[in-house]
Amino acid sequence: MHEQYVTLATLAVVAVVLGGLILILNRILGPQKWTKSKLDTFETGNEPEGDARHRFSIRFYLVAILFILFDIEAVFLFPWAVVYREYIGAGLGLFMFMEMLVFVTILGLGLAYVWRKGALEWD
Amino acid sequence: MTAIARARAPRPDPFLDIDSYDPEADLMVMNLGPQHPSTHGVFRVLLYLDGEIIIKAVPYPGYLHRGVEKLCEKLTYAQITPIVDKNDYVAPMLNEQAVNMAFEKMLGVEVPPRALHMRTLLAEIQRVASHLLWLGTFAMDLGGALGGGTSVFMYCFREREAILDLFEKLTGCRFHYNTHTVGGQRHDIPAGWAAEVHRVLGAISDRIDEYEAMLSHPIFLKRTKGVGVIDAQLALELGLTGPLLRASGVDHDLRRDAPYHIYDQIKDLKVAVESDGDCLARYKVRVVELRESIRISRLLVDNVPEGPICGGRPIKQPGQFKAKAGQVYVGIETPRGELGTYLIAGGGKMGDTPYRLKIRPPSLHALAVVPYVFPGHSVSDAVAILGSLDPIMGEVDR
Amino acid sequence: MSELMLNPWIRALFWGLVMITGVMTVTAWSTWFERKFAGRMQSRMGPTLVGPLGLLQPIADACKLLQKEDLVPDSADRALFNLAPVLTVGFAMGVAAVVPFTPTMLAADLDVGVLWLLALSGLMVFPTWMGSWASNNKYSLIAAMRAVAQGISYEVPMVLAIMVPVIMTGTLSLSDMVADQQKNGWLIYRLPLTGLIAFVIFFLASLAEANRIPFDIPEAESELVAGPTTEYTGMKFGLFYMAEYIHTLLSSAICAAVFFGGWDGPIAPGLHWMLLKSVILFVFLTWVRWSFLRLRSDQLMNLCWKYAVPATLALIPVTAFYTVYAAGKGGV
Repeated sequence: MHEQYVTLATLAVVAVVLGGLILILNRILGPQKWTKSKLDTFETGNEPEGDARHRFSIRFYLVAILFILFDIEAVFLFPWAVVYREYIGAGLGLFMFMEMLVFVTILGLGLAYVWRKGALEWD
Repeated sequence: MTAIARARAPRPDPFLDIDSYDPEADLMVMNLGPQHPSTHGVFRVLLYLDGEIIIKAVPYPGYLHRGVEKLCEKLTYAQITPIVDKNDYVAPMLNEQAVNMAFEKMLGVEVPPRALHMRTLLAEIQRVASHLLWLGTFAMDLGGALGGGTSVFMYCFREREAILDLFEKLTGCRFHYNTHTVGGQRHDIPAGWAAEVHRVLGAISDRIDEYEAMLSHPIFLKRTKGVGVIDAQLALELGLTGPLLRASGVDHDLRRDAPYHIYDQIKDLKVAVESDGDCLARYKVRVVELRESIRISRLLVDNVPEGPICGGRPIKQPGQFKAKAGQVYVGIETPRGELGTYLIAGGGKMGDTPYRLKIRPPSLHALAVVPYVFPGHSVSDAVAILGSLDPIMGEVDR
Repeated sequence: MSELMLNPWIRALFWGLVMITGVMTVTAWSTWFERKFAGRMQSRMGPTLVGPLGLLQPIADACKLLQKEDLVPDSADRALFNLAPVLTVGFAMGVAAVVPFTPTMLAADLDVGVLWLLALSGLMVFPTWMGSWASNNKYSLIAAMRAVAQGISYEVPMVLAIMVPVIMTGTLSLSDMVADQQKNGWLIYRLPLTGLIAFVIFFLASLAEANRIPFDIPEAESELVAGPTTEYTGMKFGLFYMAEYIHTLLSSAICAAVFFGGWDGPIAPGLHWMLLKSVILFVFLTWVRWSFLRLRSDQLMNLCWKYAVPATLALIPVTAFYTVYAAGKGGV
């Protein structure tokens, strides 16, 4: 079973090494005549107005929080989904269905609450 | 009141210092332009952003200033036409007509009917070409250079290409025609040209339906409806003209309200008016105009009267025309609005050249809405609004 | 050869290399295909000059990109700036490992293939963010903010949508899913038809994650110049570009496997069917890309949170209930 992960590791290593090699090749083959204005940040032809490492609108962070909540909740459903048919086979299908329904309802209520609170309004 | 709410208030004062909007807002200052893919040339707007929402926008035109007006003071009346071609480089025919009409009025030169007829025809065909270019670039602003927008852009340019071919057959040039002169035209209609015009315009009018169908899907509506609303009052205060004014609900078209050329003979000229003043309204107005111009052109091309194409003596030497002291103003309706030419002639020793030639470009006034309309919109909308204004930087900066 | 292949290490290495070579090659020529396709759509020719039908265009592009000057802005964070393009290709390639082309032709038959898939597409926002933040460019920053917001938002409907196939087949392994479809019919038309809706949402979400029109808001070149890649030159840009195409191609392949029965099909060998289905989906994507305008980022977020998420949340109970009901009737 573990050779699957060896393949994955190989793939990852080869992909990253290949990417690195391509960049090194680019460095070797490309010209290197750097000037001040070439190495300036591009702001459509102007001197940059201040720095880009700037505080940013809170709305984006709100989305990140929502993502963490909903995605993790959703991932909890995977084990249930996998064993669901086994439980049906064992005659516990309706029980498992109700369990899931409670979970999804809570998730839905959460979404409704967030919606109602205006967290989904992208001002 | 947050900065965004303030920016969305009915008419924020764009000349307020940014600190008086919200000193604590900690806004990001970003340049949009001059070297930006969708500023239609070299236009710069300084944006104060809260996240993606524009709080304040300061436009800086002038990157394409060439001193055309000053140049015209050194050139004789017959020499000026090719210079003004480069102002509104999307509709050069109308630039030529505007200055030449002013010169004719000043010099008292009579224009023969055939030339007037041709001028009307060329103006309308040029309007079709100009609106097609606008449609393509507007779609590209909304849809990106690597997507559906480009498809519309390519189609529109294909049609515009056919119109440029028409002009090439007539004048020998595809872009800067220099076909108008004081007193009339320099190039007569070649044999078989009328049939060509019918073929090209017929094909275009069929295809406009397709482009409309392509642009009437929900994404286009979502991106344009209610975006960049210019109300009638603001439009009038800032001197907007042409499609922009008509999209804001003001029924005004110089072709009908102050007819020149032979527009007074066209009885059923349809002037499109929309009341919403948003990007969608501007799109609708231009599409109706596109159809109307095609209709008028096809009407006109069939009954061009016979006769000379240029009144007065042929131009042999540059200083042939001498003007008396005086001043005239001529306004014509270009695809972008009222293109005014204000001419002061010196008279006497200075009779060869204009003393002062002032061009009133419609795009400059269109760009005046930027500080009023941009605040409260996102950067994406700003690009859409700028595209819908159809500014040509060549004539804005002159 | 066959004895060598029995050694798990050799086999792993072999499949890793085959996958990378295959995916890179297909990616290169998919750019050719897209350019040709777009050209034809726009009454142009597309590439014609390099080789017959312009077929050598991808090679010419790669050579050109390799010879470009490698610029790192003075104010950029060098390490992150250089790391981002490498990582983005790495992550995109990682997805390739679990795509089942045929029962035997898949690099890693993970029993948690679906999770691997979701995890890697979630990770894809990291290189984008790294590169943009490191560039110290405002256009990149806005683009990256949009990209991250969009990427993680669409992750939610994606996870919920793929739950439907998981419930219906009862497995997280992609190859087992295809095997189940071979036995019980493709998910796209299997009752209660939730597979169809799940497919539409999953497909849209993967479009959004791959930043393709109409969801290419982060790249939005008419607004944000070149989005996250504004400061990138040469092959660094090329790697980002490649990753986008790998992502798109693999999304089509995964949709083909999960919803369209993968290698299942009559007469022709399985691999042909799998490739045919993937290519059809990719053509569809290309077609969509070159006919639509793009949405605005707030509209995109609305679409995700107010339509896609509730819809997928509702899909799960419906599917589960039907599964119980069908079992009660002696089915499944």
